[in-house]
Amino acid sequence: MYYGHTIFEKSQEGRRGYSLPKSEIKEYKLDEKLKRQSCPKLPEVSEFDVVRHYTNVSFKNHGIETGFYPLGSCTMKYNPKINQDIAAMEGFSTIHPYQPVETTQGLLKIYYETQKILSNISGLDTYSLNPYAGAHGELIGLMIIKKFHKDNNDLKRTKIIVPDSAHGTNPASATVAGFESVEVKSNKDGTVNIEDLKKVVDDTTAGIMLTNPNTVGMFEKDILEIQKIIHEAGGLLYYDGANLNPILGMARPGDMGFDIMHINLHKTFSTPHGGGGPGSGPVGVTKRLKKYLPSPVVRKAGDLYLIDYKDEDSIGQISHFYGNMGVVIRAYAYLLTNGKERLPEIAKMSVLNANYVKESLKDVYKLPIEGICKHEFVFDGLKDESIDVRTLDIAKRLLDFDMHPPTVYFPLMFKETMMIEPVENESKQTIDHFIKIMRTIAKEAKKDPSILKNAPYNTPVRRLDEALAARKPIVSFKDYTDSLKED
Amino acid sequence: MKTPKALYYTESHEWVKVEDGHAYIGITDFAQSELGEVVFVELPEEGDEVSEGNEFATIESVKAASDINAPVNGVIIAVNEALEDSPELINEDPYENWIIKIELEDESQLENLLSAEDYEKLTK
Repeated sequence: MYYGHTIFEKSQEGRRGYSLPKSEIKEYKLDEKLKRQSCPKLPEVSEFDVVRHYTNVSFKNHGIETGFYPLGSCTMKYNPKINQDIAAMEGFSTIHPYQPVETTQGLLKIYYETQKILSNISGLDTYSLNPYAGAHGELIGLMIIKKFHKDNNDLKRTKIIVPDSAHGTNPASATVAGFESVEVKSNKDGTVNIEDLKKVVDDTTAGIMLTNPNTVGMFEKDILEIQKIIHEAGGLLYYDGANLNPILGMARPGDMGFDIMHINLHKTFSTPHGGGGPGSGPVGVTKRLKKYLPSPVVRKAGDLYLIDYKDEDSIGQISHFYGNMGVVIRAYAYLLTNGKERLPEIAKMSVLNANYVKESLKDVYKLPIEGICKHEFVFDGLKDESIDVRTLDIAKRLLDFDMHPPTVYFPLMFKETMMIEPVENESKQTIDHFIKIMRTIAKEAKKDPSILKNAPYNTPVRRLDEALAARKPIVSFKDYTDSLKED
Repeated sequence: MKTPKALYYTESHEWVKVEDGHAYIGITDFAQSELGEVVFVELPEEGDEVSEGNEFATIESVKAASDINAPVNGVIIAVNEALEDSPELINEDPYENWIIKIELEDESQLENLLSAEDYEKLTK
């Protein structure tokens, strides 16, 4: 049954869910004009009302803990509970950023060691854990590129090269950082077209942003040639860490010649994300760029861990204090519980699972890029193109089977893109079940496309009017009550 | 898919209709069908200059945001403001609902554009 109430609608005048202890402080008479003139509009509910309400609301959600979630380039993997337990330990959860460092050595040790582990995994010299998320990390990386060229008095470098298959955030970050983004064409398999790259590289190139493997899951095999072209032209290479999962312990961006990268702790190292954030997007750099990293940084002097705010060449402070500390602790727990021995297993299993799904479905779904993929791959709609069914309909139908749909209509290289990433820790039974459902949906499409066109049927709400939602969004309770009045 | 004969077309799916030395510019039926439901059109301003191959407006659908490029050079003399409140007009009739009207700078640029026949071949 659809549960469609807000907590405000549950409110009953005079109902209370708490009783405050007697105040130990004497009442203070506040001047009338300093007092709030009207009561805040808070729901009046009992504890029982609150519990039942939010439990019902939670049933409307789909998350990694309720079902399969093959959302490409988002790496939605299970977040082990031990990570939560550790982040919730009193020594972390009650800490304050202004405490003297002598009293926060444990946390600073985690920061320091996480920086070192990320360096080892990625092959870059030093990390800052301060950026809040992936796109924030991109912006910080680009600010470092800018400062590097500025310090070299190389002011004509105003362009950032971005492949047309890149994450949408890349050109957006470049624009926000004050660069002009220049598109470079992809080959059919989404890898960078070297000839096209050579045409756009010149002495105005500040750098290039790449994901490897790219958004269609193919490894950029010409990466060494690309890095040579960019470096010889005087530019820097930025690695978008969104797709780090399949190369963990197998290959390192630093070895490929990248100068700067961000890592999405919330993707690769398993901390909650996807509307549930917060995220964390540590930025790593090579030795020559180390001095530009955001301030403050955690350092070690003898046996003492320190927070260093003084760094003349730093691009400055880019977050409150030290970023999203809770996410860093979770990632650290994930890294240590797996250990360096198991990281390559994560990579291999994510690649195996993606290839297994791809090969098991390519007779019914159109596979535009053949060959072995990494952690994700794309289908371009149904193989039988005479059927009047679009990727959106397939995605909506999947909801009826308690599965989150893959990423749809991205990247823009194909018309009916579905980007599927099954991740490493789903069991063969779950993956086989997904394959079975995808085959069932393809059969339904052939038999009667309207089954898909009218889906979903079993969800809290049926097919939404996306155009209306974009034109007249209802994003608050006030919008909602206003919309009822309009009707 | 409709492709009116009297118009000029571009490979990036815009059309041009010439009337008394002025030109109306919009997007093709093929383009609106590929984009899906249009939810927003970011319009330029009257008096802005547009130049061949460069973006003058952005169109956002439920699927993606795309640039609309000028097929020829000119100065904008009118903007279809109805699209601000009713972007869906582009889906309803992409040829009736032009986006901008321009003063043509150089009519000979029209010769570089595609005919209806050539454009139809391109989109097959």
